[in-house]
Amino acid sequence: MSAALSSEDISRALTRISHEILERNSGSSTITILGIPTRGAHIATRLAKIIETIEGVPVQVGTLDITLHRDDLRLRAPRPLMETSIPSMGVEGRTVVLVDDVLFSGRTIRSALDAIGEIGRPERVQLAVLVDRGHRELPIKADFVGKNLPTSKSQSVKVQLVEHDGLDEVRIEGESA
Amino acid sequence: MKHLLSINDIDKEFALTILDTAAEMARVSEGPVKKLPTLRGKTVVNLFAEDSTRTRISFEAAAKRLSADVINFTAKGSSISKGESLKDTAQTLQALGADAVIIRHPASGAAHRLAQGKWMNGTVINAGDGTHEHPSQALLDAYTIRKHLRGGKGDLTGLHIAIVGDILHSRVARSNVLLLNKLGASVTLVAPPTLLPHQVEAWPVKVSYNFNAVLPTVDAVIMLRIQQERMSDLYFPSQREYSTLFGIDAERLAMTKQGSILMHPGPMNRGLEISAEAADSPQSVVVEQVANGVSIRMAILYLFIAGSQESVNA
Repeated sequence: MSAALSSEDISRALTRISHEILERNSGSSTITILGIPTRGAHIATRLAKIIETIEGVPVQVGTLDITLHRDDLRLRAPRPLMETSIPSMGVEGRTVVLVDDVLFSGRTIRSALDAIGEIGRPERVQLAVLVDRGHRELPIKADFVGKNLPTSKSQSVKVQLVEHDGLDEVRIEGESA
Repeated sequence: MKHLLSINDIDKEFALTILDTAAEMARVSEGPVKKLPTLRGKTVVNLFAEDSTRTRISFEAAAKRLSADVINFTAKGSSISKGESLKDTAQTLQALGADAVIIRHPASGAAHRLAQGKWMNGTVINAGDGTHEHPSQALLDAYTIRKHLRGGKGDLTGLHIAIVGDILHSRVARSNVLLLNKLGASVTLVAPPTLLPHQVEAWPVKVSYNFNAVLPTVDAVIMLRIQQERMSDLYFPSQREYSTLFGIDAERLAMTKQGSILMHPGPMNRGLEISAEAADSPQSVVVEQVANGVSIRMAILYLFIAGSQESVNA
């Protein structure tokens, strides 16, 4: 099966999302970009780089681990925590742009909203994802989407990024029901 | 069921996972909202059959920061003081639905007995049993050493740690020797021969009776409390002599390497094994050890009782 998104597709999608974020927020001065580890954090770093190139000023960017806020903790084995790093200006009164690789049930994002609340009270929170594959279980919607990929629940979406996997590619794996 | 009874229960990789997790937990303790929902609906019982300040409040703070319900059960003012057996106490805890029991007990092996007695289903965490082990103290000591001397990353390979004082009665020393050795540090025990355990030759450590000779080579000094309550015999001629030979003061502290740290698990006998000047010096990290203790215990509670009971490395 061919890739759902190639390296070029990913790069174009991230460039477009960067412009959309700037357009929506009239620049980058009020935004704080927080990526959800592992791959969401890499995408957040890339978005920040593109935005810095466009605007010519540094962007507040960090990572947010949501493990301790998950609602399925009691159902699974505890996992090691990932790094959280909140940029210098914090989240208080800022526009937080949450970044993840795939939007699926929405539960990760709900956990992330709780995790942000523990750090401070942002002015607003927006959501950017590389792939929206549908099948939401909570009333959560992305503000910026790289690509909508219709999938069946039995399939899985595999995102690979150079920083973590050595190549840029998105694939849908498994049979469509 | 997974228990934390001894440092031997965990391998090096899992020990490092606990330290890494604690570093993230420390971040929560620094934030404006010191509370996580992680253990909501879990019940943690602090079963303390022996006096303790730091360990008990540290486990209590850790459990509360993770939103667990905490029940404190101390010897004074409970049926333990009326002579209730460990088994009956355990069955009471089972009836209360305890998900974890943190046990401190004057008898070595009490935590093992509770874990293997099949009287209750909860996870047992040893918070010090007699003169046997105190794993969470060893983990917080390793965390403190790693933070100061290794930038909070990796293991402790190449570091030299001295553990000084009453090794014989010290569960802290036993757990520390096992863990520091596992993490790659070399350990020298410094004590009068009367305060060293039998078969100390079989431990993975060096032994010295000369504190001054060891001082210039160490990266961290862990002072142990002289445990008068466990001493039935005379182990040294006088407190003054002990203090002169094996106590740390400003003069001895000045003999250590630049950047080395001074630790003590508390409570300190100021003027006996540690002088007030040394205890309050910039090299002393005694107060920080207490803060790190909360982070380590949050990590232990998270990794041992959150979720299902498969390994974290699975």
